[in-house]
Amino acid sequence: MMYGISQFGYLVASALFIFALHWMNTPRTARKGVYAGVAGTAMAVAVTWADPSIIHHVWIILAIAAGFAVGIPLSKVPLTAVPQRTALSHAFGGAAAGLVGTAEFYLRLGEGHEALTRFQMVALIAEVLLGYLTLTGSLMAAGKLQEVKWIPQRPVTYPFQNLSNLLLFGTGVALAIAITLNPTAPWAPIAFGGVIVLSLLFGILLIIPIGGADMPTVIAILNSYAGLSAVAMGFVLDNKLLITAGALDGSSGLILAIIMCKAMNRSFTNVLFGAFGQVKQTKVTGEEQVYKSETPEGAAQVLEQASLVVIIPGYGMAVAQAQHKVRELYDQLKKRGITVKFAIHPVAGRMPGHMNVLLAEADIPYTDLMEMDEINPDMPQVDVALVVGANDVVNPAARTDKTSPIYGMPIIDADKARSVFAIKRSKNPGFAGIDNQLYFSDRTWMLFGDAKNVIGELVKQLTGGSGMH
Amino acid sequence: MDFWPTLYVFVLASFIGLGVIRRVSRLLHTPLMSLTNAISAIAVVGSILVTGGDYPLRIRILGAIALFASMTNIVSGFLITDRMLKMFKTDKRGGGTPT
Repeated sequence: MMYGISQFGYLVASALFIFALHWMNTPRTARKGVYAGVAGTAMAVAVTWADPSIIHHVWIILAIAAGFAVGIPLSKVPLTAVPQRTALSHAFGGAAAGLVGTAEFYLRLGEGHEALTRFQMVALIAEVLLGYLTLTGSLMAAGKLQEVKWIPQRPVTYPFQNLSNLLLFGTGVALAIAITLNPTAPWAPIAFGGVIVLSLLFGILLIIPIGGADMPTVIAILNSYAGLSAVAMGFVLDNKLLITAGALDGSSGLILAIIMCKAMNRSFTNVLFGAFGQVKQTKVTGEEQVYKSETPEGAAQVLEQASLVVIIPGYGMAVAQAQHKVRELYDQLKKRGITVKFAIHPVAGRMPGHMNVLLAEADIPYTDLMEMDEINPDMPQVDVALVVGANDVVNPAARTDKTSPIYGMPIIDADKARSVFAIKRSKNPGFAGIDNQLYFSDRTWMLFGDAKNVIGELVKQLTGGSGMH
Repeated sequence: MDFWPTLYVFVLASFIGLGVIRRVSRLLHTPLMSLTNAISAIAVVGSILVTGGDYPLRIRILGAIALFASMTNIVSGFLITDRMLKMFKTDKRGGGTPT
């Protein structure tokens, strides 16, 4: 009887989760998706808790209370910190899977060989491997995104990196196979500990060679791993809800990762093992190229004359927290009857959809946020393209320069606009360390400075010029 | 245990996932990530079973830490997703902008 009720509860929860994701297909219904997710989770927790085998209720209450105590503040982080928070929550998800797997292993060990089928043993080890790998990998990613001092921002590479990683991973798999074949051997618990240590280590080594520009892909992949570790847990516990929810998460991470990879014209393996940031600082073009800079006054005058302005935001906008100033600029231009659109590159920022969330926070209607493919055909009609802290995603070298590391990456065609203003913090190349031909184009003027200050100046010019406030 | 039914569930659920996620608006990829994160914290089920069952203390400690981690993801995941989604608006100023 109890079994029937709990299975029914899990079934309803699975359906609710599918609806939750389905409702995410448009911003209008998306919040309904959250409520469906909450309902599904609450139902799953309730029927599990009601299981007669549960006797230590105080423990559960304390752990849940602690989860609320940490979870509520974590949900209130500024939106610019959302990539770190997401990475951190992947780490939590990985930790949960790893710890439950560890507990299950040592628990079943006491119950003898029959307690686990070979299939469950494989699933258990997969759960532990993916769980701990996701834990340390995501912590490293979160550290890089938060710019923690002792975690190197730039990719770290050393000789035989991939080979030594492969050897390490191979050792882990070999141990895993040995345990699966002899789960009751006296050395099995120690070997299992070895698998844990190797997984933790492997997670760190996997992220060390990855640079900031690749973070969107890596976060998506870690998202997928966290889901798959939940699937593995579902196999161990023979729980179909875990399998369903984990599979949804796993496929979500996978799709996002594929979208990110396509948007950079790179393969999975290239992102994970390519150490992108270590680009040789080749200066093939001998001639010294010069920037033309412009003052905010001049730029404001050009903007006032425009009828179609496209703003192209990048990570620099997030760093400078410039989204609210961008909104003021948007308002000023709109007031003059100028059409303003935002061109969002899929990998702009440090996680999928990063720019959209920041601009939505600044109250910019999402109907003015355009995808790269939507806006590119219109770029030649654009009077002013305003690049706010974006770099590689507008670099025309991706179309023309076969030697460029970003060759083949789809970009926003800012260079086709009638004029371009590019706001840039300094004259250094972007995260990928590549020079941007766009800045040297005869239609481009640079506005050097912090994005927030520069846009603030532009707004001041526009408000001053119109004689109202 | 016959593992074939669970494998079926996994494969079919993955196909549903691929189908559903493909249609998610690109605008919402960040909230999508935090939502799936909260949903995959369904590992809470396993954590509760390990924490609350009649098991040795060290097992239950592992379970309690896992339960804490999953619960943190559930709470912060759903809350921040909703917080972000609330911000996505069409032109709320009444659409009085001339074009």
